Amino acid sequence: MAMYQQQPRRAIDAKRHYASDPSQSNYPHRLNFYINPPTVEVTLDQFEQWAIDRLRILGEIESCLHRNKSPPEVAAAIGPLLDKFLPLSANSSKSTKIQEERRKDHYSHFILRLAFARSEDLRRRFSRAESILFKLRFTGDDTRERQMFMESLDFDWEAVPEDEKRAMKDSLSAATGMKSLDGESFFKVDWERVHDLVEQRRVLLRAGKAYVPVSLQVSLVLAEFIARLDKSLELTARALPRLDEDDRLIPILNHLALGFTAPEYNSSTTPTTLNGTSLTAASIDGLVQHFPMCMRHLHTSLRRDKHLKHFGRLQYNLFIKGIGLSVEEALVFWRTSFSLITDETFQKQYRYNVRHAYGLEGTRRNYKPLSCQQILTERSPHSSEAHGCPYRHFSVDNLIASLGTTGVSDRDVLKGVRADVEGQKFHIACNRVFEHVHARELKREKENESGSARLQETIIHPNEYFSRSFGLKNPGALEGQSVGGADPGADPMM
Amino acid sequence: MPHSSVGSLEEDTEIPDAPQSSPEESPSDAGSPLPKTEPQSDPIEPPPTARVKKEVKEERGNGKAELEALFADDDEDDDEDEDFIGDDDGADLLASEVKVVPSPGPIDVKPSSRAAEPEVMFTFYQRLFPFRYLFQWLNHSPIPTNDFGHREFAFTLQSEAYMRYQSFPTFETLRKDILRLNPSRFEIGPVYTANPRDRKMLSKAAFRPLAKELVFDIDLTDYDEVRTCCDKANICIKCWQFITVAIRILDTALRDDLGFKHILWVYSGRRGAHAWVCDKRARVMDDSKRRAVASYLEVVKGGSQAGKKVNVKRPLHPHLVRSLDILRERFEPDILRDQNPWRDIKAAERLLTLLPDRALNDALRKKWESDDNRASVSKWADIDRLASSGASENLNTALLRECKQDVVLEYMYPRLDVEVSKHLNHLLKSPFCVHPGTEDFDPMAVPTVTELLTEIDVWEKENGNSGRVHDYEKTSLKPYVDLFRTFVNGLVDEETKIKRERDGDEKGNSMEL
Repeated sequence: MAMYQQQPRRAIDAKRHYASDPSQSNYPHRLNFYINPPTVEVTLDQFEQWAIDRLRILGEIESCLHRNKSPPEVAAAIGPLLDKFLPLSANSSKSTKIQEERRKDHYSHFILRLAFARSEDLRRRFSRAESILFKLRFTGDDTRERQMFMESLDFDWEAVPEDEKRAMKDSLSAATGMKSLDGESFFKVDWERVHDLVEQRRVLLRAGKAYVPVSLQVSLVLAEFIARLDKSLELTARALPRLDEDDRLIPILNHLALGFTAPEYNSSTTPTTLNGTSLTAASIDGLVQHFPMCMRHLHTSLRRDKHLKHFGRLQYNLFIKGIGLSVEEALVFWRTSFSLITDETFQKQYRYNVRHAYGLEGTRRNYKPLSCQQILTERSPHSSEAHGCPYRHFSVDNLIASLGTTGVSDRDVLKGVRADVEGQKFHIACNRVFEHVHARELKREKENESGSARLQETIIHPNEYFSRSFGLKNPGALEGQSVGGADPGADPMM
Repeated sequence: MPHSSVGSLEEDTEIPDAPQSSPEESPSDAGSPLPKTEPQSDPIEPPPTARVKKEVKEERGNGKAELEALFADDDEDDDEDEDFIGDDDGADLLASEVKVVPSPGPIDVKPSSRAAEPEVMFTFYQRLFPFRYLFQWLNHSPIPTNDFGHREFAFTLQSEAYMRYQSFPTFETLRKDILRLNPSRFEIGPVYTANPRDRKMLSKAAFRPLAKELVFDIDLTDYDEVRTCCDKANICIKCWQFITVAIRILDTALRDDLGFKHILWVYSGRRGAHAWVCDKRARVMDDSKRRAVASYLEVVKGGSQAGKKVNVKRPLHPHLVRSLDILRERFEPDILRDQNPWRDIKAAERLLTLLPDRALNDALRKKWESDDNRASVSKWADIDRLASSGASENLNTALLRECKQDVVLEYMYPRLDVEVSKHLNHLLKSPFCVHPGTEDFDPMAVPTVTELLTEIDVWEKENGNSGRVHDYEKTSLKPYVDLFRTFVNGLVDEETKIKRERDGDEKGNSMEL
C-alpha cells in the first residue's frame, strides 16, 4: 500500500534536497535525513517486520541511555544489532543489497514515525533514539561519502572568511581548545542551532553567532536532523486522525508503540511489610544500612541538620515512599525528623509537599521514586543542598571519606571507585560498592543459583539498590511481596 | 497612615480568601514587600514566600466574580517541578520571593510602616504602579495582542492563597483585578497558545507555553559560603558588590556573546537581582536553548560536598577570559579587603584546599599560623611570594596560576539559580523596582512604599493637587519609572519595526502573486 499519500506539501522540500529523485526509490547516500516519505508500496508483512527490526535497535539505544552508557559503549552495544537487523552498507562496499538495505531503513523509519507520533512522550523518545542512531551512523560513515551527503543537504551555513578567522585566531583556538587552526575552517551560524556546543562552551560566540569548526559539524547536522524530525513528527501527529480509517494499520501501529518500552525500574508504592511487620517511621533508621550512598547522605544530613532542603526532601521522600512507607508514616517520619520546627510550621510548609508526593494533593499524580538517571542528570545540588548522587556530585576525596564512614575501606574497591568516577561511570561505582558490601550474600546466592540472571544486572535505581540489598541480607523476606519489586508489565508508556 | 482609603473593593465580601486580615495577621517578613525592621531578628530560614497551597479559581457566573479556594488544581502541568514548589528554600523554583514593589534594603524602616498592610499595597497599586508601561512591556505593541492577552499572571493574595492562570486582555482589566484582589505580590509567566483562562477546555497540545522572556535570578544567599559580612536574607553594601559584578559579567556575555539587546535588570526586592531578556529571539527559546544559555554562563557548581566548585577546562573559553578580566579589577577591593574571607587560620584552610602544591601549602600554613589574623590581602600575596622564593621544589607554576584563577572565579563569579532560567514556564516576580543595573545602584537607598506615599503627600502639600502630574512623578520612584519607560519604548520600537518589515514583505509577495 502507499503510505503518506496525502502529504503533498513535503514535495517543496524534496525538490531542494533530492532534486534528482523526489520519490527516493533510489538511494545515492547511505545516510538519510528522512525528508520524503516513501511512496512505493510494501506488503503488510514487510511493513510490520521492518518496523519491528528497527524497534529493536531503538529499544536497545534507550536501554543504553537508561544505564548511562557513554557514546562508545552505546556504539559497541548497538553495532552487532545493526549488522543483524538494519545493516547499511557504504557505496564503497561490494554489497549487492545496498538499495534494499536503504529502502528498509527509509521505510521502517517512517512506519515508526506513524507509531510514535501519537503522544508527546513517545515523540520525544523516538526523536532521541533516532537522533542517536543517526549520529552513530554519521560518525561511522566514510569521510568522502559523508561529505557528499552533506553537500546534497545544501545547508545555508555561512563560511567564516579567512581574514576574519585570522583576526579572531586566539579566541577561536581558546574556545575550541585547538592548538592550531591551520587547515580548519569555520562556519558561522545562529548559536541556537548548535546550542549543545554552546551549553558545553565549546564554540566561540560573537554577537549571537556561533563559530563552529568543521570538525564539530556533526553537532550542526544533528541539530538540523532533530529539528526537522521533531517538526515532521508534529505534522504526522496532526495527520494521524485521518489514518484512523485504515483498520489494517492501526492494530499494528498500536502494537508497535507498546513495544517501545524502556527497561525502566518500576518500584511499587503500595504499603508493605518487611519481615512480617509493616514499615513505620521508626523503621527507617534500621534500614539505612540497605540504602545507596545518595539516600544515606540524605538521611545523615537530615539527622544532623534536622532539616533537608526542597530537592533533598523530594528525592528522599519519594525513595521512602518507594520502599513502602505509607503516607501516614511518612508524615510522622518527616514531622519527627524536623525536630526544630513547630507543628504549625510543619503543617503549613511541609505537609502539603509530603502528601503531594503521594499523589494526594494538586494534580494527584502518583510520582515515582527518582531513578539514577534522574538523580544524575537533573538539578545538580547547590551549596548546602544534600540531594543528587554522591558519586557524581561529591569531590572524589569527600566521596572516599563518606564511603569510609559507611565501612567501605577496601583499598581495591576504593581504587575502582576512583577510576569509575573519573571515567564518569557513576552508576558503575555505586554498583561496585554494592557488590563489595554484599560480596558474601552474592556469592551464596550464586551458589544457590537462585538469582543468577539478576546478578548480571546493573542497578539503575536507588529503590532497586534497596530491595536487592534487603533481599540479600534477609533471604526469603521479600518473597511474594512487592517491596520495590521490578514490575515490567506495569504501564510501559510512562 | 497617610493613605488608608481602602474604599472600592466592591466584591470584597464575596471572596472567602479576600485580603481581610489585619496587619498583624498578614504574612510575615518574607511575604511582605518590606523586610523586617531588624535584619538580625530574621529567622534562620525565612518563612515560605509563595506556597502553592491553594489556587483560587475564578469562575465567571451571574456577571459576578466568584472565587473558590481549592487546592492547586493545575492538572495540566506535566512538569513535576511546578507541583513541588513550595517552601522556604525551594520557593525560588517557581514563585520566587515575590514582591511587586520597589522593596528597600533591611534598614531604616519604622516598625509601624509595614507595607504589607493591605491598604498601603492598595494605594500603591492605585496611585503608583505603572500598569501602562507594564502592559506595553509585555505586549510589544500599543494595540493589545495575544502577547499580553495570553500571558499568565499569578497572584498571591494577602491570605496567601495563590491564583495561577490569570490573564487579561488589556492593562485596564489587569489593573481592575489587582485593585479588587489587592495581592501581596504577583508573578509573570509565559505566553500560552491560548488564553490561560480557557485552559480547562483545551487539550494539552492546544494549551502549552509559547514564549517568555529569558530570566535570570542572582540571590545573595547563594553566596553565603563566600561572604562574611552578612548571611541568609541580610544584605549590605559590601555584599551587594557581588551582585554588581555579576550583573556586569552577565550583561556583557548576554550582549556581546549571545547577541541580545533588550535586557532589563531589576532589583529582586530583597537580596539580589533579576534579569529579563526581552528580545524576541530570547522569548521564543525552548527549554533546551534556555538550558544551554544557563549552562554556558554557569561556572560555580556543586553541592555542600563538592569540594572545588570551579572546574573549567583550559585553555579558558573567551567568555571566561573576559570575565576574569572584569573580576580581577574588583577582587582586591571587594573580596580581599571588604570580605576578608581568609582572616583566621581556619578560614584560610579553605583557600589552601584550592591550591595545588602540598609543599607550598605547608609553607603558607606555617607562615599564617605564626601571624594570627593576617589579612586576606596579605595572604593572597603570600602565595606568589612564597612560590617564587622556592618554598616548593617541584612547583608547577602554570597549575598554580590556574588554581588562583579558579579561586577568583569561585569567590566572585556570578552564582546563578539556573533552574529559574532553564524553564520556559517558570514564573518570576513582576519587576517593579527598576534600576540602572550596574555600578551606582545602592539597594539600601531604594525607597519604601510608605516613604513613597509620604512623598506624594508632601508634594501635594507643597504644589497642590493639580491632577496633571502622575503620582509617581511626585516621588523618588520617578527615575525608576522613567527608566522602565525608556526601556519599554526601545523594545516596542524594535518590535513594531520588525512587524512592519514582515508585513511589508508579505505585501510584496502577495503583490507578486
